[in-house]
Amino acid sequence: MIRLENINKSYQVGGGALHVLRDVALHVKEGEFVSIMGSSGSGKSTLLNVLGILDDYDSGEYWLGDTLIQRLSQRKAAQYRSEHIGFVFQSFNLLPFKTALENVALPLYYQKQSRKKRLEAAADQLERVGLGNWKDHRPSELSGGQKQRVAVARALVTKPRLILADEPTGALDSKTSYMLMDLLKEVNDQGMTVVVVTHEPDIAERTKRVIRLRDGAIEESNSQEES
Amino acid sequence: MLFLDRWIEIFETLRRNKLRTALTGLSVGWGILMLIILLGAGQGLQNQAETNFKDDAVNSIWIRPGRAALPFKGLRPGRKILFTNADIDAVRRIPGVEHITGRFYLRGEEYTVTYGAKNASFDIRAVNPGHQFIEKTIITSGRYINETDIDEHRKVAVIGKPISEFFFGKANPIGEYLTIRGIQYRIVGTFTDEGGEGELQKIFLPITTTQRAYNAHGDVHHLMFSVGNASLERSEAIEKQVVALLAERLNFSPEDPRAIRVRNNLKEYSKIARIFSLIRAFLWIVGIGTITASVIGVSNILLISVAERTVEIGVRKAMGANPFSIVAMVLKEAFVVTGLAGYLGLFAGVGLLEIFNRFLPNNEYIVNPEVDLSVALIALGMLVVSAMLAGLIPASRAARVSPIVALRNE
Repeated sequence: MIRLENINKSYQVGGGALHVLRDVALHVKEGEFVSIMGSSGSGKSTLLNVLGILDDYDSGEYWLGDTLIQRLSQRKAAQYRSEHIGFVFQSFNLLPFKTALENVALPLYYQKQSRKKRLEAAADQLERVGLGNWKDHRPSELSGGQKQRVAVARALVTKPRLILADEPTGALDSKTSYMLMDLLKEVNDQGMTVVVVTHEPDIAERTKRVIRLRDGAIEESNSQEES
Repeated sequence: MLFLDRWIEIFETLRRNKLRTALTGLSVGWGILMLIILLGAGQGLQNQAETNFKDDAVNSIWIRPGRAALPFKGLRPGRKILFTNADIDAVRRIPGVEHITGRFYLRGEEYTVTYGAKNASFDIRAVNPGHQFIEKTIITSGRYINETDIDEHRKVAVIGKPISEFFFGKANPIGEYLTIRGIQYRIVGTFTDEGGEGELQKIFLPITTTQRAYNAHGDVHHLMFSVGNASLERSEAIEKQVVALLAERLNFSPEDPRAIRVRNNLKEYSKIARIFSLIRAFLWIVGIGTITASVIGVSNILLISVAERTVEIGVRKAMGANPFSIVAMVLKEAFVVTGLAGYLGLFAGVGLLEIFNRFLPNNEYIVNPEVDLSVALIALGMLVVSAMLAGLIPASRAARVSPIVALRNE
């Protein structure tokens, strides 16, 4: 499903180059529930950006399914993102002037679906994350946990192949965090591939496989099922 | 359906950002309002200037005899030049001369006009039939002076409508007799004139009749003729020919500046027309400047809006918006706001001009200020196009927003 082969990426910082990803090789199979762990500066955000087709890389190959994701035009990148990937962000990133339902429906707008269809699909997803009664509320009227669940619904609404969650629990207390991880697990149980980026070990523990990143290289990739 | 959807999305966004929308709109609406008022006022000024020309035929040349300033063929300077009917006939034969008339003025106390017990003083002009075309006199009843009147020295008069009302009220004046210095004239026509009230307080008589009755020499005080649809150059050439002819007949130097005074209306008119085209160009420059200022304002506000919405744009991109749809979003917002506000500005501007017309219809400086619909539409089109241009920089900046940076930027 995801195949990274010797991915390298460096940024120009001041005079020199900062080598952020070093020969990263990674395979994630369809239906896996994976966390990428690392302290800040380990390169995990960069890795997430590469996975999310938000950023390009210098060398290596990134295969998403059968598609080689490499030096795409902005337009192509947007299209693949829209078709294949659902995002969940640390700071939720819901549009404040739209209701929960409209926020969830937004990705479908960019897939040029009709308003009626969009809103129906969005309502279904809100129902799925347990927020069926909150669909006409603005983000400011929702709690942090609810907001993140709206974000999960938004990530799911396009029926992507992959959910990418970037520190999804970073802004939540631990109880809410666990509830969110339970939701992600549920989603995974229904067959969705889920990749969570986090620096919190107790969150990483709740996934089925932990990939540790240190100084831009993969340190250890253990599967809980195997260990 | 999808098309409609796009616009719903745009209006949603605009509705959520009322203040920003209002400010952008104000900037644009104000620009258009100013442009319309400027152009309207300019048109009003021009209309005023043109009514001054409505009185007389624009293609007319007016010549008044004066006193010779230069010695000529042994004749002394300072001698009086006099025109006669023979001079009129001579000028009439010059090719290009269309309508021609002499004018003989009857001025002073003794030319009081009397009907029954009523009497009053009016400007009395004895003329040839061609005078009707030169002065653009509009006959409202009866007829004007004709060639038979001239040939037979008939005692007939054509009077302005106010004079008719003064003497006869609402009754028909045709066939009635007015007495001027002891001579009775039969009224054969009444007239009106677009040149204003002053041009109506006139009485026209046949020139030959008055010459015989009041002046033994057969003087002509003023000579004027029209030149048809001649160009300015052609009319100046005819003017030269006429001056040369008169100089030869009346023995003065064609170079003499005071022997006769010539006024070529076409020359005056083209001078004024040139001034007005300059004024109009100036107003357009100012107007375009105003619009440019509002476009820069729009661009500015949109830039700020894009900066404010970095996160929103980042989210939209992460949700699958491609750069083109982001550009289209910003441009559409610019388009809707400027189009709508510009239209309101246009509406307000035209409304203000209407109000001006209604409450100050007769002032000396600005007459009927108005804006061509096509001019207004051009202005509006220009505004929308330039607003789109203004939206281009912010839009391309929006398209370059990196979702990563936007989403990390909390």
